Amino acid sequence: MNALRFSRKHLGIPYIIFLSVFVILPLVLIVLYAFTDSEWHFTLNNFADFFLRSGNLKVLAISFGLALLTTVICILIAYPVAYVLAQSKLKASGIYLLLFILPMWINFVLRTAAVKELLYMLDGLGIYDVSENYFLSTIIGMVYDYLPFSILPIYTVLIKIDKSAIEASMDLGANPVQTFFRTTLPLSMPGIMSAVTMVFLPTTTTYVIADTLGNSKVTIIGNLIKTQFDAGTAESWHVGSAISLVLLVIIFASMLFSGKLNENDQKGGASKW
Amino acid sequence: MAEKIIELKNLVKTYDGTNVVDGINLYIRKGEFVTLLGPSGCGKTTTLRMIAGFETPDGGEVLLNGKNITDLPPYLRPVNTVFQRYALFPHLNVYDNVAYGLKLKTVTATYENKNGETITKKQRLSKKEIDERVSKALKMVDLEEFEKRDVTTLSGGQQQRIAIARAIVNEPEILLLDEPLGALDLKMRKDMQIELKEMHRKLGITFIYVTHDQEEALTMSDTIVVMNDGVIQQIGTPKDIYNEPKNAFVADFIGESNILSGTIVGKNKVRFINKDFDMVDDFPEGDKVDVVVRPEDIFIVSKGLGQADGKIIDSVFKGVHYEMTFKIGKTEILIQDTVERTVGEEVSIIIKPEDIHVMEKAVASNTYIGTITKRNTVEFGEGEFECDVTTLYPNSHLDEEGYLITEQGEKLDLTGTDVLVEVALDKIEIIDNEDDGDASGEIISIIYKGDHYQVIIRTPEEEEDFVVDTDYLWNENDKVSVKIKPEDIKLKLKEK
Repeated sequence: MNALRFSRKHLGIPYIIFLSVFVILPLVLIVLYAFTDSEWHFTLNNFADFFLRSGNLKVLAISFGLALLTTVICILIAYPVAYVLAQSKLKASGIYLLLFILPMWINFVLRTAAVKELLYMLDGLGIYDVSENYFLSTIIGMVYDYLPFSILPIYTVLIKIDKSAIEASMDLGANPVQTFFRTTLPLSMPGIMSAVTMVFLPTTTTYVIADTLGNSKVTIIGNLIKTQFDAGTAESWHVGSAISLVLLVIIFASMLFSGKLNENDQKGGASKW
Repeated sequence: MAEKIIELKNLVKTYDGTNVVDGINLYIRKGEFVTLLGPSGCGKTTTLRMIAGFETPDGGEVLLNGKNITDLPPYLRPVNTVFQRYALFPHLNVYDNVAYGLKLKTVTATYENKNGETITKKQRLSKKEIDERVSKALKMVDLEEFEKRDVTTLSGGQQQRIAIARAIVNEPEILLLDEPLGALDLKMRKDMQIELKEMHRKLGITFIYVTHDQEEALTMSDTIVVMNDGVIQQIGTPKDIYNEPKNAFVADFIGESNILSGTIVGKNKVRFINKDFDMVDDFPEGDKVDVVVRPEDIFIVSKGLGQADGKIIDSVFKGVHYEMTFKIGKTEILIQDTVERTVGEEVSIIIKPEDIHVMEKAVASNTYIGTITKRNTVEFGEGEFECDVTTLYPNSHLDEEGYLITEQGEKLDLTGTDVLVEVALDKIEIIDNEDDGDASGEIISIIYKGDHYQVIIRTPEEEEDFVVDTDYLWNENDKVSVKIKPEDIKLKLKEK
């Protein structure tokens, strides 16, 4: 009978199956494809092919530049918004928060299309020149799409900060500005870090926004991967997998780095993303 | 006598229309260890927070060394606080927590430059000085080796010590402590009490301590301020407060005590439990009073040899002493003695004159300002009660339409007239069901008075109190209603 006893361990089985099929297996396949040629012989040519083409490195730089800029702008806008919302004693602050995150509920392709229409409208009024500002348009679209994802984690951390820590800081002689930089900001680092993760990761790869708003003039690494997988030649899946793997390693490294930063800042602080 | 360092003048703080602190006047002398003592919700923490600057008073002033600091923000006040839940900074280690205030501090330095001019400028403390002061503070709380430790890895007691070190390192003029030992276990609390007292002696600064623990207050303080309902009940030394409680609330709150109803029957003579006792207090003859006797001040002797005979009906061993219940007539009296008497034994008790504390009855009767509604009803205490309005005018009567006809034949419409209403404590009936009585409220206090309970029922909106003497035990926080017979409502015209 013992063998049939249901233990808590068994609750994990569906999750393990899910992980194997949808996470581990694809990863293994990507690695397999990346290191082989169309004949399934081991090769490093896929990587050489990617790195030796100067255009590719430029795309990589643009992708990360775009993502970094979007992330910075998002945090700069999201932090004050989250701070004000968290501070406000208004009963309506929940509604304001809702207004900020409401766009999240609308399909993001639609949202991006709407931003495009809006920009063209401004173009029509002579305020904004779309054809001159594809890069800027892409950033506007990305910031708009990912702002809710940066407000929410920061807000959640801010409202959980112990009020008495803020009072203690004031009590010890810190004025409101000093209190913010010495206590509130360090204590909200976990929120900022998860906001960074929520924005940085998708913006490096989401080519839909770049395609729609950059009018295909702005190519990011996501486009590159898509082109490879769409090409359908014998080699293209292998090259595409190699690019994906490069991207994965870079993102993993950057997250490891920011995690370390966070750890130094936030001894014994809240959990990592 | 040392000079006054803090003075509170008519301090008021209101939350949602309720005065949490209701006109407090208090001064504290330099170097004193003062404790604000009271049950939760009595306004003691709010008072402390107004001294710290976290709350802005809705009325009154806070003076520091004679200067008005009511509107000064907390970071500009020379006071530091030890918080109830420590409030350490989780992102900083022990050293940085303690050094937090020092790193912000600026001192005015005066020196001569090359041209011989005297220059004064503000500068931060040097790293060396901060180091020295931090280690001195940590030494004071016995945690020298902990500088590099993460505060979240420390035990509750250690965190509390760090919180104290973080406050005293700034050498404040006043140290505020908000129930600092509340989260510690009994043994640790006792140790910390002694250490805090010792620290107070060494530092020589003023301590203002907030607690609901009467024993803690008695052990540590120079002066105790007993508070209830946002009002100061008594200010005095621990001995005064314990031996000479000013009213039944203080007596009930500070230690175990028997509170009995008595009458003054002569010079230095008071009658309670149907016997006359000698006492030292001097009250006018005929006064109705509350008599307070501490359980340890009652001696048990053999039947017939004492001042009052009765029976032991209960006995519980409490470690050092036995806690026994002595019954005489309807009255039960608590006695603590090291010698046990068996339950059922008939004994006699003796109370020395100096151990009988007599005080003015807290509330002799309920008084309200009411309004006459319709013919024969009066509205007060959020309820409408039937009454007899003809008592307002001698020899008057009501006509068929409900108008009052005075002795002189004058016809009066009393609707809307403001009157003073008086109801005796024992003339109010408490009803279990909230909707069955004429007015309803919540029981906020119960004090046992020997042969009856004194219950206070507070109405929800206007917070009017019904003080009721009853034989039955009710539960605090119960929602009940009250009923009063028309003949027990005494009306008086309000003087214009």
